[in-house]
This record gives sequence, C-alpha cells and structure tokens, in this order.
Amino acid sequence: MSGVRIPPVLRTATGGQKQVTVPGETVGEVIDALVATYPALGAQLVAPTGGLNPFVNVFLNDTDIRHLEERATAVQPSDTLIILPAMAGGSLR
Amino acid sequence: MTTQTIDPTPAATESLLTAETDAARAADGRVRGLRCRNCGRLEALGPSYVCAACFGPLEVTYDYARIRAEIQRATIEARPPGIWRYLELLPVDAPPERGLNVGSSPLLKGSRIGRELGVERLWLKDDTRNPTLSFKDRVVAVAAARAVTFGFDTLACASTGNLAGATAAAAAAVGLRAFVFVPADLEPAKISHALAYGATVVRIDGTYDELNRLCLEVADEEGWAFVNVNLRPFYAEGSKTLGLEIAEQLGWRLPDVVVVPVASGALLTKIGKAFEELVDVGLVEPRPVRFVGGQAEGCSPVATAFGNGSSEILPVRNPDTIVKSLAIGSPADGRYALELVRRTGGSVESVPDRTTAGWIRRLAATEGIYAETAGGVTLGAVEAARRSGVIQPDDEVVALLTGNGLKTPDARLFGLTDPGSSAAQNGLTPPIRPSLDAFEEWLDSGVWAREPAGVAS
Repeated sequence: MSGVRIPPVLRTATGGQKQVTVPGETVGEVIDALVATYPALGAQLVAPTGGLNPFVNVFLNDTDIRHLEERATAVQPSDTLIILPAMAGGSLR
Repeated sequence: MTTQTIDPTPAATESLLTAETDAARAADGRVRGLRCRNCGRLEALGPSYVCAACFGPLEVTYDYARIRAEIQRATIEARPPGIWRYLELLPVDAPPERGLNVGSSPLLKGSRIGRELGVERLWLKDDTRNPTLSFKDRVVAVAAARAVTFGFDTLACASTGNLAGATAAAAAAVGLRAFVFVPADLEPAKISHALAYGATVVRIDGTYDELNRLCLEVADEEGWAFVNVNLRPFYAEGSKTLGLEIAEQLGWRLPDVVVVPVASGALLTKIGKAFEELVDVGLVEPRPVRFVGGQAEGCSPVATAFGNGSSEILPVRNPDTIVKSLAIGSPADGRYALELVRRTGGSVESVPDRTTAGWIRRLAATEGIYAETAGGVTLGAVEAARRSGVIQPDDEVVALLTGNGLKTPDARLFGLTDPGSSAAQNGLTPPIRPSLDAFEEWLDSGVWAREPAGVAS
C-alpha cells in the first residue's frame, strides 16, 4: 500500500479525497489499482494505448518517475506518489 | 483497466465547441473560452489550466470570424505603443487600468553582427528594454490583468529568474502581493531585482523543474494566481505580442526565419500562433516561416530530440549551464515547439556556453545591445542554423533578444582563457594615478588591449 496525492482537478473522481491509499509494489501497479478503485480517473490518467497519459507527470515522493524506472519503479509503503498535470499551453491552434 | 476515449477528430471537436460555445462566449465577447488542446473540450474562462475531462492542457481560443470583421491595420497603428494595441488578439476585455508599459520594443537592423553570422538581412528584436528588462513583462502583463479580474490577491510564479522580477514588478503596479519561487542558485542580480519590488522570494534548494512541481501543488492548495501555472493559458498568450510586433514592424509581413530561445517552448509556439492568427484575420499575407530554436548545451532536451529525430522529449534531470533562464529540463511545451520546428523546416540548435558568452560580447561590441545569456544562445543558434543550411545567406531573419545582460553580468566573461592580460579577462586594468604621465605610460603599455574579435567556441 502507498499513498497517492490527488490534485484538485481529479478529486471529483475520488470523492473529494486529497490523498488515497492503494496497493501496489511498483508505480505501474499503484496506478492500475488507483484506476481500478476510482474508475473515473481512467480518462485523465490512462492513454488509449494503455500507458500513462502524456499530459500526466507522476512523482515518487519528489522525483519524476521518468528519472527512475517509470512504471517499473519499486514503491515502498512509506512512499507517496504525486500526480500532477504536465503543464503546457503553447500549442498551435 | 477502464478508459474513456474521447473522439479527437475535427468534426467531433467542432461539435463539442458548438455545443459549449454559447456559455463560454457569454463570459467574454471575442474570447470563446479555454479549449483543451488534447480533446477539444471547451471550458468557460477561469483560472484553470487542465482539462477536467482528459487532463490535457487548456489554451485560450477566440472567435476569429468576429475578430476578422473588426480588426484593421489602421486601428492598431493609431493606438499607443505597447502590447494592448493588439487587444483583439489578447484574452482581456479591455486594456487594464493599472499596469506597466510593456512591449513595442524596437526591431533593429543587425547588419554588423549579421555580417559576422553570414546573414545579410538580420533583424534584432530588442526585448532587453521592457520595464524589468526581459520579454517576461509581456506574459505577466496579460496574466496580471486576468488575476485582477478574477479577484486574486496574490500573484506568484515559478521562475528561472526573469519571470521573478517581472511578476514582482507587475504585482506592485496592480496592487497585489507577490510570492516568487526561484532556484537558490539563481544569479544574485535577479533575486535582488525581485526583492526590490517588494516581492517575497521563496528560494528553493533544487532545480527549476523541482520548484515548478512544488508550485503546481501550492497553486492548488493556496489559491494564489500563479502566472505560469493556473493562469498559464492567459500568460502564454502574452508571448504572441512579440510575433505581432515583428509583423507590424516589418510592414505587416512575415520574415523567412525566426530564431527563438527555447526554455518551456511556449514562446516559440506562441509566435507561431501569432503569425497564423495574423494571416487568419487578414492582417498579413500567408508566407512560409521557418522556426529555429536555441537551447543551452547543458540543458537541451528539445534540441536533443530534434537531433535524434525523436518525438519524445527526455527530461534533463540536472541542467548544467550558465544560461539559467533557459534551464528547464522538462519543457512543458517542448513537444509543440518540436512539432512546429519540424513542420516549418527549421531546427533546434544546442549552443555551448562558451559560444553563448562569445556572442554576448560580440553583440554588445558590434550593435550596442547587451543581452543576457538567452540572447547569446539565440545568436549561437543563428550561427549553427546558418552553418547547417537551415538559414540561407539571403534569408530575412529575425533573432529574439529576450533579456538584458545586466541581469547576468558574469556571463560575458565565461570561457575567456587568456591569463596574460587582466583587460582580456574582465575588461578592467589596474587603477592609475591621476596624471597625464601615468596615463600615457598606461596607454603605451598596451595592458588595456581587449580580447580579439573572434567568438570563443
């Protein structure tokens, strides 16, 4: 089990909870469990191909999982996963 | 795993827009609302930056048919200098009552530095002279205007340096309190600059990307107006004014090439958006424009992806460069910058710090413009793109100088290696007595001889 911090834009899907606890020994397992528990998060977090939505950044404690082993990164019970939007706003029309 | 797939086709997107436009338009005339770049969902205007449906980025979208019917070159030309002369293409109802005088910076012929770069028709967009000496005054002016109308009491930002001063000054001008978050190793001149305007400077022991992550959380929890987080859709629109001014200053036409420093990538893509909008609303004739980006070698995730032919931008965890203002390892708009550069036949160049410092010196010595490190990167990118053939000798090229060298005073000395002369090292010679004899002795000695003209690279 590990904690997952939920940003406000996703809290509707978690019943308003700022932090939830879900099972999993890797980042991928935790995210899969999170979406299984709160299915409405699927549209925001998961790409149609099954991987992480490219607009989502996931941090294990303070570290971007892209600097670790991404979904395969091991997670300890004391760890916190932080989900945040990958900000962008400069796209073309 | 259950996923909800949103149909991203143009027809589906337009349907969504049509269905939701009325509510959003009611919020603000010319502005249709905030549209999700990913799924096309339209939301009403507000301090929001993430699509509630798919987590995609939001950006401002306009009623272009209405703008086309209303906007005229003569109307714009008759207005006072500054970014608000392009009001129709900015996400505000009216010019704000309070704020700094931002924009309308000169577009200067860079013929002397152009000769050194092998570019016959080089223009320098000199944005070193905005109120806080960088182009960030443009984006902050739009965000601050929106912060006031949304009713915020605190303006904040995650900054690599220039944004801190711009946010602090804008907050002072409109009467908001300011919190600016900066990396603790930021150049002291930039920290002092923000403090001078009365901002609270929050120094973070980490990289820009780490403090940016923190600011995402703080924006949500504290309810502050972070110009480049929850006001990012409005903030980013301010960058368009550089492109709008370039077109107007060229006589309402577009150049062959624009060269832009790349940090988040938003500036480059928003200049592209400005050019497209100018064509769409009938103010300029369409013309292919190549976009060239410049990044510092020690933090060049977009240039690396461009060089590798990849569409995936791998973040740089620990940027290592004197170019602090471009040291974003995980650029938010990098993928869009890459897409624009490739589509237009441009490039993204990686510029070593020694080259950057050399071009800062050459620009100052040949044109009288003292640019900060990003300006050196821009000219280094011109040089590299000229060498690779992306820029041809007879192209009309506009290079953006986005910040003032007084903010990075040590950078111009980087890479100088001549140990034999103090003048070559730092431009200073030992003091002399106030006598003509002493002066003539000093003059004859040649200790004042400066470094040769060549750029260290």
